[in-house]
Amino acid sequence: MKADRIFIQILRAAAGVSLLILAAFFIQMFWSSLPALRAAGMSFFSGTDWDPNQDVFGAGAFIYGTLVSSLLALLIAVPISVATALCLTEIFPAKIAGVISFLVEMLAAIPSVVFGLWGVFVLSPLLRSSVQPFLSERFSWIPLFSGPPLGIGMMSAGVILAIMITPTLTALAREVFLSIPTLQREAAQALGATRWETIWIAVLKNAKSGLWGAIILGWGRALGETMAVTMVIGNRPQISASLFAPAQTLAAVLANEYAEATSDLHLSALSALGFTLLLVSTIIHLGAKFWIRRGRES
Amino acid sequence: MILLVTGCALAVLPLLAILMHLLREGASSIDLNFFTQVQKPVGELGGGMAHAILGTAAQVGLAAGLGVPLGLACGIYLAEYGGRERLAGPVRFALELLASTPSILVGVFVYGVIVVPMKKFSLFSGALALMVILLPLVARTSEELLRLIPQHLREAGLALGLPRWKVILSVVLRSAWPGVWAAILLGIARIAGETAPLVLTSFGNPTFPRGLDQPSASLPLQIYTYAISPFDEWHRLAWAGALVLVFTVLALNAITRLTGGSNERRRAD
Repeated sequence: MKADRIFIQILRAAAGVSLLILAAFFIQMFWSSLPALRAAGMSFFSGTDWDPNQDVFGAGAFIYGTLVSSLLALLIAVPISVATALCLTEIFPAKIAGVISFLVEMLAAIPSVVFGLWGVFVLSPLLRSSVQPFLSERFSWIPLFSGPPLGIGMMSAGVILAIMITPTLTALAREVFLSIPTLQREAAQALGATRWETIWIAVLKNAKSGLWGAIILGWGRALGETMAVTMVIGNRPQISASLFAPAQTLAAVLANEYAEATSDLHLSALSALGFTLLLVSTIIHLGAKFWIRRGRES
Repeated sequence: MILLVTGCALAVLPLLAILMHLLREGASSIDLNFFTQVQKPVGELGGGMAHAILGTAAQVGLAAGLGVPLGLACGIYLAEYGGRERLAGPVRFALELLASTPSILVGVFVYGVIVVPMKKFSLFSGALALMVILLPLVARTSEELLRLIPQHLREAGLALGLPRWKVILSVVLRSAWPGVWAAILLGIARIAGETAPLVLTSFGNPTFPRGLDQPSASLPLQIYTYAISPFDEWHRLAWAGALVLVFTVLALNAITRLTGGSNERRRAD
C-alpha cells in the first residue's frame, strides 16, 4: 500500500501544479498591470487616446473595438448557428445531419491564423469590392455604413469572428435543443401544430435560457480571438461610427505591440489591457455557466 | 424552413471556401524546397518552411511531453479521487478557467514569468505556453471519460487484490484509452495551430533555432509573418504553409473523430 500512497501524492502534486499555474496567471497579470493602472488611475479605462511615445494610455478605443466586433459577430453568427442547429436536430435525417455536423466541427479545427490569411486575401477584398460599395450606396445615411469602403476594418473583423464562433454556437445550441424532451414536440404536434409551429412552440421557447447561455459563451470566445482579428481589423485604436473604418481590440493589440513595447510603462499598460480582458472573459464564462445551470434546473 | 436550410448552408460555406482557396493558392507552391529550405531574405525568390515545421514539431512535442502526463494525472485525480479530496473542487474550477482564457493571455503570462527573467524569447517558453493551453484540454476530457468507466470494473480489480494505482492505470485508464488517446490527439492538433501566445514567447526566427533557449519559428507564426508582409513571394509561401497546417490539423481531427473519438461528443467550451 506504500505504492498507493506514492501514487496519490504524485496525482496531488499534478493537481497542485495546475492550481499554481492559475494562481500565478492571475497574480502575474495583476502585478504587471499595476504600474500603468497606478499611473493612469481610472482614466485608463475612460481615456480613448493611446500614444506610447507620449506615455498616454487609454483603453477606451480597445474596449470599444472589442465590444463592437464581437457583438457584430454575434449578430451574424447567432441566427446562422441556431438555424444550423435546428436543421441538425429537427429537420435533416440523421445521415445528412452527421455530415453537416462533421463539416461544422472541421471548421472549428481550422487555426486562427489561417482564418486571418483567408480574411486578408479573400474576405476583405470581397467586402471592399462588392458588399461595402453596395451598403454605402443604399444606406450611406446610416453612420454605420459611411465613409470609404476599405475592406480591412471593423466589418471584416466582425465577419471573420462570426465564421469562427459559428461552430461553437452551433454545437452549444444543438445540445440545448437535444435536451428538450421529445414529449414536448409530440404534444405540440398532437394539438395540430405544423412543423414550423412545433419548432417555435416546443423547441425554441423551451430553449430560451439555454440559448442565452450558449450566446454568452460564444461571446466570450469572440472577445478573446486574436490572430485572425489582428490581421483584418486594421490595428488602429480609434472609435469610429463606421463599420468600414479600421479599429483595434484588446486581444489584437497585445499580439501587435507586446513583443515590441517601447518602455516599461507601455508594457505595463498592455498588461493592464490583458488583465481587463482576463477579468471580462472570466466573468462572462462564469455568468454563462450560471445561466445554463439555472436553465437546466427550471 | 427554407430560411433554416439557408442558415445551415451559410455555416458550411466558409469551410468549403477556405479549403478551396487554400488548394488554389497554396498547392502549386508545395515542393521539395518548401520542406527543406528556410526563409530567404526579402527579394530573393524561393525559400521554404523547414525551420518552421521543425520549430512547431519541437514546441508541440515538448508541450505534449509535459502537458499530457500532467493533464492525465489531473484527470485521474479528479475522476478517481475527486469525491474525497479537498483540492478537487478548486482544481476543477482552475482547469475550467484556464480552458476559457483567451490564448493570447497565456502568452502574456509566460512572457512575464519566463521571458522577462530569462531576458530573451525562447523555444522553451513557447512550449510552456502551449503546455498551459493543452493541460486543461487533456485533464477535463480524461476526467469525463474516466468517469464513464463502470464502477464494477474497479471493484473487480480491487477484489483480485490489485493495489489501487494498478487498478486505475491498467484497468480504468486502459478501458478509457481509445477516447483519451483521441482527446490527446485533438489537443495536439489544437496547439499545433496556436499562434497568438507564440508571438510573445518563441517570437519567430528566420532560421533553425540553435537551442531550447533560442527564439524559434513555428508554422503558424511563419504563416503570420509571411501573410502580413508586403511581398507576393512571401504570400505564396503563406498559402502553402496554411495548406500544410490545415490539412495536418484536419487529418488529425478527421481520423480521431471517424475512428475512436466519434462516440464521445466534444465539448464546445
